[in-house]
Amino acid sequence: MPSMEHVAHPQQRAFNPYTENGGTILAIAGADFTVIAGDTRQSEGYSIQTRYAPKVFRLTDRAVLAVNGFAADGNMFVKKVKQRLEWYRHAHAKDMPLRAIARLIQTMLYAQRFFPYYVYNILGGIEDDGTGAVYSFDPVGSYEREACRAAGAAQSLVQPFLDNQIYFKNQQAAPGQTHPSHLPLPDVLSIVIDSFTSATERHIEVGDGLEMYIVLAKGRNTQGMESLHGVQELSSKLDGERVFVVRRELKKD
Amino acid sequence: MDHFPTNWGRPRNDAFDHYNTYPIPVRPQNNAFADSVQRTQQPIVTGTSVLGLKYKDGIMIASDTLASYGSLARFKDIKRLHQVGDFTAIGASGDMSDFQALQRDLESLIISEEVTEQDGHKLGPKEIHEYLSNVLYGKRCKMDPLWNSVIVGGFKDGERFLAYVDLLGTTYTSSTIATGYGAYIAQPLLRKAVEGKEDVLTEAEARKILEDCLRVLFYRDARSLDKYQIATVNASGPSISDSIKLETSWGFAEGIRGYGAQTQ
Amino acid sequence: MTSIGTGYDLSASTYSPDGRIFQIEYANKAVENSGTAIGLRVKDGIILAVEKLVHSKLLVPGANRRIQTIDRHIGVATAGLLADGRHIANRARSDAASFRDLRDSPASLKWLADQIGMYMQAYTLYSSVRPFGASAIVGAVDKDGPSLYVVEPSGVYYGYHGAAIGKGRQLAKTELEKLKLSELTTREAAIEAARIIYLVHDDTKEKEFELELSWVSPETEGRHVPVPADLLEEAERKAKEALETFE
Repeated sequence: MPSMEHVAHPQQRAFNPYTENGGTILAIAGADFTVIAGDTRQSEGYSIQTRYAPKVFRLTDRAVLAVNGFAADGNMFVKKVKQRLEWYRHAHAKDMPLRAIARLIQTMLYAQRFFPYYVYNILGGIEDDGTGAVYSFDPVGSYEREACRAAGAAQSLVQPFLDNQIYFKNQQAAPGQTHPSHLPLPDVLSIVIDSFTSATERHIEVGDGLEMYIVLAKGRNTQGMESLHGVQELSSKLDGERVFVVRRELKKD
Repeated sequence: MDHFPTNWGRPRNDAFDHYNTYPIPVRPQNNAFADSVQRTQQPIVTGTSVLGLKYKDGIMIASDTLASYGSLARFKDIKRLHQVGDFTAIGASGDMSDFQALQRDLESLIISEEVTEQDGHKLGPKEIHEYLSNVLYGKRCKMDPLWNSVIVGGFKDGERFLAYVDLLGTTYTSSTIATGYGAYIAQPLLRKAVEGKEDVLTEAEARKILEDCLRVLFYRDARSLDKYQIATVNASGPSISDSIKLETSWGFAEGIRGYGAQTQ
Repeated sequence: MTSIGTGYDLSASTYSPDGRIFQIEYANKAVENSGTAIGLRVKDGIILAVEKLVHSKLLVPGANRRIQTIDRHIGVATAGLLADGRHIANRARSDAASFRDLRDSPASLKWLADQIGMYMQAYTLYSSVRPFGASAIVGAVDKDGPSLYVVEPSGVYYGYHGAAIGKGRQLAKTELEKLKLSELTTREAAIEAARIIYLVHDDTKEKEFELELSWVSPETEGRHVPVPADLLEEAERKAKEALETFE
């Protein structure tokens, strides 16, 4: 007689409070600028929920945050970061410096260590010393400053490409020459666009639209952006750091 | 000061109650019933797909009127569309008791809004959606979810609004939205019929698109019904239809070969 | 009040030897000094009207309203301390909301008046608090039809066909008694209410006032709302005409 044990046990399906909503984000720091980008597709399983759900957000004139992973957590996290930055503005009558925002994000993420925000954060912008900076985080707040970082569904496709193109991994410098430590803006923009068109080709969760934020250091002109069409400026003033956004279509299949 | 009249005149002890809040509310540290507290682990009486789209003058939401108990068609005239205030309609799939709890919650929200009408604020679809998102996300964080996928649609200040929120607090907006099986069966049809035509589709055309999608769903979704309602929200506010019978024809079924009852 | 100065008027928790609680009587004084508020219960609804004294030209018109909505079908007009009136209204709102939550039906006015009465009475028992310096006229159309109550600082409440509180209550009551309230329609009653408020207003003492007028009528689908602008305008116009011809 077959065992009835498996039927005797009542089926218990615990509620899973998390899901993955796909998409990819990416940031690259230049000497005096930073580019932060993300696609705009939001999906669950094999379904595209929407073709336009922003994952990249302007926090201040010199800080832009990209969030990727579980969309509900991501939106709530961004809402709370923005709230904290507003309180900082009310208390100190200035915007929070980039490195302080990075530490704030680590504190806020670690506060949820035992019920984490299931999101990967990449913070990009301009430091107080005028250099471009990228901070990347894991869901519970470990973070470091880097020159570039990709995260999300197509991280495994994009990061090796960045390692090769930004860090010149597996590339031999020409005799008597060294690799540059920072790339100029047009090169970075091309790399970002190529990263996303490639990720769109090879990853089903990436596509629909691309949003690129460009943060320029104080006093830097817009050199290198001439060839971009449809640039929209988001800065609150013109004599400080400046933020721009560029939107591009990606394949929708 | 203590605003609870029942506390007045009782002894106070400044040593442990500086602000005269006596009695200090205490919750049992080790609640003997803690293990017995049950939260929603799974939906029980459920509604299937809800569909939503934008059209020229506003938005439309459609759903059938069935509430299933597993595979049993338990309640055949349940209203899954609901008006919220003067500018918004919502539709829900998932657990119907959770949805009815949401309806009551929204009703009291709207009343508290109405009694303070003189402040000049009016809750529109955006606010209702944000509120619902916070409620559902808050419940998921307590591991006590409201087991629903909700479509929120509305029209206020000349602007259409159509958005989604579910038991995890996941949200998005789109010109077509479908929950449940509708996400697989109706969403592709809706996108083909609506995307790029949001500003041209007439009310009659939009209604026809939704009816066609509901019909396909009725043919393929075993938990669906051929009775449905449509909510329309436009400049003149929300209106929710009575139950409508879906016209179906099963003539084609005979011709289908390869599975089912026939032997060859 | 012969016992004034004897110390029995300092606390709501002490009776005077002749069995009175002076703090309650002082609270009633606060109501008597306020602009008039009246309520009319007629055959198909209720009307609330308030003579809102405007003590400064700098105030925004419509500010500091004294008629408020408690639940969809219930309205309140207060006289006395404005802030106390608002507190009572807020308390009544949460009472009405919890009734709906528990019973899934709107509260009857009889029940709500009792709740407000009990709440206000609690403020007459303790040395650490003062009674409310406000009276409330609550009106509604509920499952039993139109109804109207007045709750006083002591916590007592009575049902009325027509009610008046505040400065001009005596004259207002006299006028109300002349009306056949149970035969009037809400539209007719709105005109009468406006007329009475204009009549009892004493412009030798206070110059400026605003008329607040609200109703629950067949035209409002059972809701308590301010009367529509055209009716308010008509009522005010007729009230001013009536003043010219009065006595």
